[in-house]
Order: sequence, then structure tokens, then C-alpha cells
Amino acid sequence: MRNRARRGRAFGKARISIREQHVNLNQLTVAELRRVLDKRETTACEVLQDVQSRIDTVEESVKAYVTLPRDISKAMAKEADAAIAAGNISQLTGVPLAVKDNMCTKGIRTTCSSKMLENFTPPYESTVTSRLLEQRYVLIGKTNLDEFAMGSSTENSAFHTTRNPWNLTCVPGGSSGGSAAAVAADECIAALGSDTGGSIRQPASLCGVVGLKPTYGLGSRYGLVAFASSLDQIGPITKNVTDAALMLQAIAGHDPLDSTSAPHDVPDYAAALGKDIKGLKVGIPKEYFIDGMHPEVEQSVRAAIATMESLGAIPVEVSLPHSEYAVAAYYILATSEASSNLARYDGVKYGFRAKGKDLIDMYMRTRAEGFGPEVKRRIMLGTYALSAGYYDAYYKKGQQIRTLIRQDFDQAFQQVDVIATPTSPGPAFAVGERSTDPLQMYLSDIFTISVNLAGIPAISIPCGFTSDGLPIGLQLLGKGFDEQTILRTAFAYEQSTAWHARKAKL
Amino acid sequence: MSAGYEAVIGLEVHAQMRTASKIFCGCPTTFGAEPNTQTCPVCTGMPGVLPVLNAKALEYAVKTGLAVNCRISPYSRFARKNYFYPDLPKGYQISQYELPICEKGWLDITVGGATRRIGITRIHMEEDAGKNIHEGNTYSFVDLNRACTPLMEIVSEPDIRSAKEAATYMRTLRSILRYLGVCDGNMEEGSLRCDANVSIRPIGRQEFGTRAEIKNINSFRFVEKAIEYEISRQILVVQEGGKVVQETRLWDANAGVTQSMRSKEEAHDYRYFPEPDLAPIVVDQKWIGEIAASLPELPHAKRNRYVDAFGLSSADAEQLTAEQPVALWFEEAAATGANPKAVANWLMTELMKYLNDENRAIEDCPVKPGQLAALLALIDKGTISGKIAKSVFEEMYRTGRDAEAIIQAKGLVQISDTSAIESTIDEILAKHHAEVERFRAGDEKLLGFFVGQIMKAMKGKANPQMANEILRGKLGR
Repeated sequence: MRNRARRGRAFGKARISIREQHVNLNQLTVAELRRVLDKRETTACEVLQDVQSRIDTVEESVKAYVTLPRDISKAMAKEADAAIAAGNISQLTGVPLAVKDNMCTKGIRTTCSSKMLENFTPPYESTVTSRLLEQRYVLIGKTNLDEFAMGSSTENSAFHTTRNPWNLTCVPGGSSGGSAAAVAADECIAALGSDTGGSIRQPASLCGVVGLKPTYGLGSRYGLVAFASSLDQIGPITKNVTDAALMLQAIAGHDPLDSTSAPHDVPDYAAALGKDIKGLKVGIPKEYFIDGMHPEVEQSVRAAIATMESLGAIPVEVSLPHSEYAVAAYYILATSEASSNLARYDGVKYGFRAKGKDLIDMYMRTRAEGFGPEVKRRIMLGTYALSAGYYDAYYKKGQQIRTLIRQDFDQAFQQVDVIATPTSPGPAFAVGERSTDPLQMYLSDIFTISVNLAGIPAISIPCGFTSDGLPIGLQLLGKGFDEQTILRTAFAYEQSTAWHARKAKL
Repeated sequence: MSAGYEAVIGLEVHAQMRTASKIFCGCPTTFGAEPNTQTCPVCTGMPGVLPVLNAKALEYAVKTGLAVNCRISPYSRFARKNYFYPDLPKGYQISQYELPICEKGWLDITVGGATRRIGITRIHMEEDAGKNIHEGNTYSFVDLNRACTPLMEIVSEPDIRSAKEAATYMRTLRSILRYLGVCDGNMEEGSLRCDANVSIRPIGRQEFGTRAEIKNINSFRFVEKAIEYEISRQILVVQEGGKVVQETRLWDANAGVTQSMRSKEEAHDYRYFPEPDLAPIVVDQKWIGEIAASLPELPHAKRNRYVDAFGLSSADAEQLTAEQPVALWFEEAAATGANPKAVANWLMTELMKYLNDENRAIEDCPVKPGQLAALLALIDKGTISGKIAKSVFEEMYRTGRDAEAIIQAKGLVQISDTSAIESTIDEILAKHHAEVERFRAGDEKLLGFFVGQIMKAMKGKANPQMANEILRGKLGR
């Protein structure tokens, strides 16, 4: 009795101490939260409360989420607290995370922000979220995306457009715009996104947070609703580089359910942080500093390179000569795969079904009504590219370009350790500004697409703001399976700047 | 066939591999389960799931490739074949296209005593689709139990020249697949299916004619019938001044005809492209070597050996080797030192008669090979006659007991004791005085009568040769 009273007092006191700092728990990072949870200064339930009350305040204007399963979140937080009490603690135990709504969560609807899957509840769990479940994380909600991850602004969501927390008239980027906005708005501690052509890095850049696209094959795609299978990869969106390392640690590694996941040893990513970057060679690809780039973006990225130089890194000009073909090759290959991956949404087995007078009519109506315009555009592009007589001119040519782009990077990485580029040619654009011009929208990903074609890892970190107060992102590219070096470089840069500490005012 | 034309035939054979689980997921492949009970998110094509190749399926395909003299590709890959159909849950079938697992093999077939070599273009792996069940005009049902079961498609060169050769090719291939244990070869259950590409050309011409693809040939009987029909149809078209069109035709077993299903213009564009969800298949030579070493002796090799080593006729050898368990049964019996020809005769006549009557597999035969060999030895020794042996064998089949035991229990041992036979003959001759007189007067047909009487008196156990000799002696002939 006395024991319990004492413990209760001690606990109460500790709790006061974190409260005394006037910290809203939802603003903490994964690493910080781990410390206070482990010291029993707070509980997973309290953290959840803070996150949910933040959602109550700002979600109406940000619209980051598609689904908020509050009861499930609460149950998960309780379970996490029990595990913590029992000393059964992993890195993410009790940490409220957001998951992009194209990763299957058993018993929780997974929509891909499409009318086609509006009422689809998977009877199975994706491998990445299974790994988070093993650590007893707390699922806050499923975040909004461009339908089937096709887009760069979330404007292609069948439900609503997510807003950029830094300026609510602007898009958050996409397709993982919901996840990036949720992290930037402190509506979660960290989030998962997926990246096919820049869908983690571009919204991270536009929302002023950190986004990491791992090497293709580092983690599992099982349960990630496929857009383009040879390009898709899941990665973290976080408030800082340390969290990116911790989240990556949780999701990386071979999965017997995904034969494209590599049987590769997973190193200790956090251990790579904190080592200096003296003598590190940073490649600057001349092809990436193009005309038409937003001047403030170029300025910030060049300044970031200068900062790295001041930390001992050595800038080296490199050439990636086939970069100019990347967007074209990408829109052939990604749409070809998508046209096939999305064939299963035929109204027969699950998801949306329209009534039709016969089978073919049912197919056509289902797909006409169930898919949005961008998805249809890509299905048509891909179907055309794979058609008899066009295959050699399009798909095959696209694969050849892909090989050349991969070789460009192989050569560049013989000279340098990382490559630095802008993440996006411009900051967040206004809602509606590009939604009627697909080509302009596709060019949002001009700096990120090559990375997916080559299969290499890349991270986007905040490196400045425009005079309008919109975030600018720096992209660091690494060799295949060398996430450690880009994390170390990003961390060194982050430690010497304060961009990541700025918060959007909502 | 009408004079002046020859047929050019290539077969595409789909063989369901006898793996315990499906090709890209862990569901069982058992035939005949309740609809949609052998399914999971992977084989029903749910969003976000991924295929993982069943290693056993790869092994079976490689085994088959080696057995039909194919080159095993060190690097092959899967491809997607895209089309919409309710029994195809992903909207594409995972198959192989540009880089199949096996290429450039051949298979020897024997037709009318002559051997012909039929080229095998390729063998590739793929998944099966599900099954649509139509009920009335309102609803159709889809059963996905069969979806994702592993298939091999074995494509022949257009080297086959007659319906009979096509049927022989099918039987030879089936026999090999069953020897390998990779397919049960059951056409009626659909685990072996065959599409035939058929064209005709004037004899002597090198170029191929326009071909029709015949589908839905779902029994061995129909392989020959359907192709025979199609050849005649095409010849008739040409003779009447028409042209054979490239099309897909369906075999209608009830009407005994092929009917046009879709023209070349209506053919699907499957938009094949490499399957990005499965890594390319890289097989190393050492593994291929291990599989090659594990192959059983195949039917044609066995057949040649039976002719050379056992002196069997090639027809008998062919019959014995068609099914591996029969061949193994035969070999086990012959290995005891029994006369191989006698074993072969008994096996193909007596044993097969009983097995076929009961539709029983030789693996479940109550008579073991050693037991037949022991029975044959008793005949050779003169312990029982060949005639008695047949009834002993029937008893062996019914009870599984040894010949020796049956003979003892029933007192069937042949009597070769001269004095016993002699005294019986004396009694009979004494009793049938009139017949003896007639015989001596020249009515030699009566010899049979006396033998019958002796056998009757001795309950069939008299050594027939001895009885004959003694009888003739006593009758003075």
C-alpha cells in the first residue's frame, strides 16, 4: 500500500516535470518520446490524448487523415502502457504514428483515397505495419494521398485535398501529402509514406519535414497497395533525421512474403549518426540546377552545400547525363505497371461495383465510376505503352533508359559518397494551380524520379524557407543499401542548422 | 486422310504440377474441395499482396525439362499476361513469356513400330485461373480454389504429322510426367490439358499452311478424334476452293466437331511484360546436376532394356513400361530369378485382369512380386500344374496368402508318384472295359476321356505328363 502510494507520487511528480516544461507531448519526436515514456514521465495514453486533441484543433483545416480509428488507437495505447509497465519495451512502444492509407491494416479500412476501395477493409496486415505492431506502436490514423499514390499534391484524392500546414492555401505535395502534413502539424509523432517517384520526399520537402525513401528491396512491400511494383518503396516521414533512422530500423529487412525484398543485413542506423562528415565527397549534379528552378530553392540548396563544406565535406561536380529522360521513362514504366496492377479492381470480388447490363458493361461502369481522372489517365497511358506494336518503342525503350540512369549513378558514386540536389524545383504551390495541367504536375518530381528508377536511397531534409515562409528541401542521394551515409550526412547538416526546429503556425 | 495433303500439328500441353501447395502462395491444391475454401489473400488477388514462387514447382519444371532433353535456362523470369475475366482475380495471369525455364528439347514417339522425334520448343511455368460456374441466366459463381495452382505449359514444335502421332505424343508425355511424379496426368479432372495447332499443306510443300488452334480437348479419346476432324475439315475447305482462316476453334465432344470461337482479329492483346513482383529465376548448374541425377529410369529407356536384357517383345515391353508402378512390380518379380517372360505373361494377363476388374492400382495389389515368383517356381518344379496355378493365383489375389500355403491347405500338390497314378489308371481301365476295346480298335479320341477320368479321380492333382505317359503305356500305344 505504502509502496504503491510512493510510486504513484513519484510518477505524479515526474509527470508534472514534463508538463512543467509546457511541452505538448504531440510535439515530441520519437526519440524524445521514448525517453519520457521510459522514465515514466508520461504514458502512451496521455501522449495519445495530446495528439488527438491536436487533431481536434487543426485537422479541420489540414485534413491530413482519411480514417481516425479513435477507439482502436486508445486500445493500442493501453496495451502499450501495459507492455511498458511490464518492461516489454521496443523503440516504438506507445508512439503514435500515422500510416499512409495505401498500406493494409487488418480490420481497419484501407482506401488508397479511392472511391474504388472506399469501403475496403483488409483481412490481412501489411508487413511494415506488422513490424510496428510487434513493437506495440499506436496507430493514430490512415493518412490521405493522391488516389492510388498517383499525384504530387493530394488533389487526386477522391475524398479531399490535404492542406499544407505552413500555408493552408497550398498543397502539401504528394502523394504522401497526408502523412507529411500530419507530421508537420504535429498531428502524429511520425508517419509512414510510400515513394514511387518522389511521393515521400516531395511532400516532406513541401511540408518542411524529413522524408526517407529507402533502397528498393530494403524493406517489404507486402500489403502496400501497388502502384508501380518495381519502383514502390515504403519509408518514414519524421520531424528530424534521428527519427528517420529509428523508423527505418523498425521497417527495414527481408520479408519472406516479398521476393523483391533483399536478404540484406540491416545495420544499426542510429549508430551512424553523430559521426562527422570531414572528407565526405558530395556530388553536385550539374544537370539538376536547371533553368526555371525557383531562385530561392537554388539559393537555399547552394547554401546547404556550403554548410556541408564548412563541416568538412568536399563538393564535387558530377554528371548524370541521362537525367533529362527520367520523367519520360518513368511515366512509361510506372504507368505500364500500374495499368496491370489496377486491373484487379473490376468490381467482381471486393471494393466498388457499379451495376451493368452484362459482365463487360459492369466492368466498364465500375472502372469508369470507381477511378478518378488521373488514375484513368495513367491506366490508359500504360495500356497503350504495353500494346502489341508499341511495346518496343515505349516499354522496352523505357527500360533501356532506366539502365542508363542506373549506370549514371554507378559512375557518379565511384567519385562521390552522396549526391546533393534540391528535392523539388519549387516550394509548395497553391491548391488548384497545377491540377489542370498534368505535365506541369509531373515536373514536380523531376529531381526525385531518377532515384526510384535507379533503386537507390534518398532523403529530403529541410534546408530553408522562401520569403513567403514556405519550406525548402535538400535531397541527399546515396549508394544502394547505404542509407547510413545519407543519414549521417543529413544528421550532420541538421545539427548545424535550425530549419527542422521551426514549426508551422496553425 | 485425303490423298495429297499432310497435316502439320503442334501441341500445347498444360500439366498441373503435383505440388502440395499453390505456385505463389501456401494454399493446398487438393482437387474437389468446397468452392473458395482453398484460398488466401494472395490467390484471390487482394490489394497489396505479393506472389512468392513455390520452389517445388520450379524443381518439377526443371525435372520435366531434363526428362525431355531441354536446355534449362540459367536465367529466366515470369511475365504478366493481362486480360479481364471473372475467374482471373488479378486481371493478369503470372506466366513466363520471353525467358521460359526450359527450351529446345525433344521427345521420341513410336508409331506403327517406327520412331519419330518430336521437338519441344519450350516449357514454362504459370498459374492456373479459377473456375466460373454458371447457373441459369441471372448469376454466375466464381470458385478460386484452382486459381494459382501450378501449371507447366509444354509446347511442341510443329513436328507432328497425324492425329495418331498426336495421341501417341500425348500418351508418351503423360507417361513421362507420371514417371517423374510431377503430374498425375488425369485429363478428365483437367490436370492434363491439350490445345492443338493444326494446319494442312500439300505433300512436298515446305511452308506451313494457315493454322487453327483447337481448344477444349479434355480426354485422351478426343485428342485423336478432334485433330482427325479438324484435318478433314481443313482439307474439305481447301478442296472446295476455300481458305483456312487463322482462328481459335472449340472441340465439341457431343457433336464430334470443332467450332469457330474467335478469329485472329478478335484475339486478345495480352500486353505481356516482365512480372516486377518476382525476382528473375537464377538456377545454378550444380542444382540442375543434382536434379538430373535424381531422375528415374524413364519409360523409353526401360522399354529398350526389357527388350535387350529380358528378351521381351517390344510390344510387351511397351505395355509393361507405360506405367512406372507396373514396371517396378515386374522388375521386382524378375529380380528373384523368375523367368521374365513368364512374369510378363502372368502380369499382363492374370494380374491385370483382376486389377482392372476392381479398378485397383498395382501399388495396392494383394499379391506381391515375390509371391508371383514363388508361384512360378512351383510350376517349374512340377509341384502344381499351370492350370492349378491359375486357381491358386486367384486365391492368392483374394487372400494375399503365399502359393505354397494355399497349395498345402487345399491339398493341391501335384501327384507325381508313379505307383499312385498307375493304380488309379488300372482301376479306371478295369471299370471302362468297353471304352478300352474301342480305343484299341482305333478310336483315339477316347484318350481324352481316360485322362479326364484320371484327373477326376485324382482331383486334378495328377502330374498330367506322367498320367499321359503311363496311360499310353498301358493302352499299348
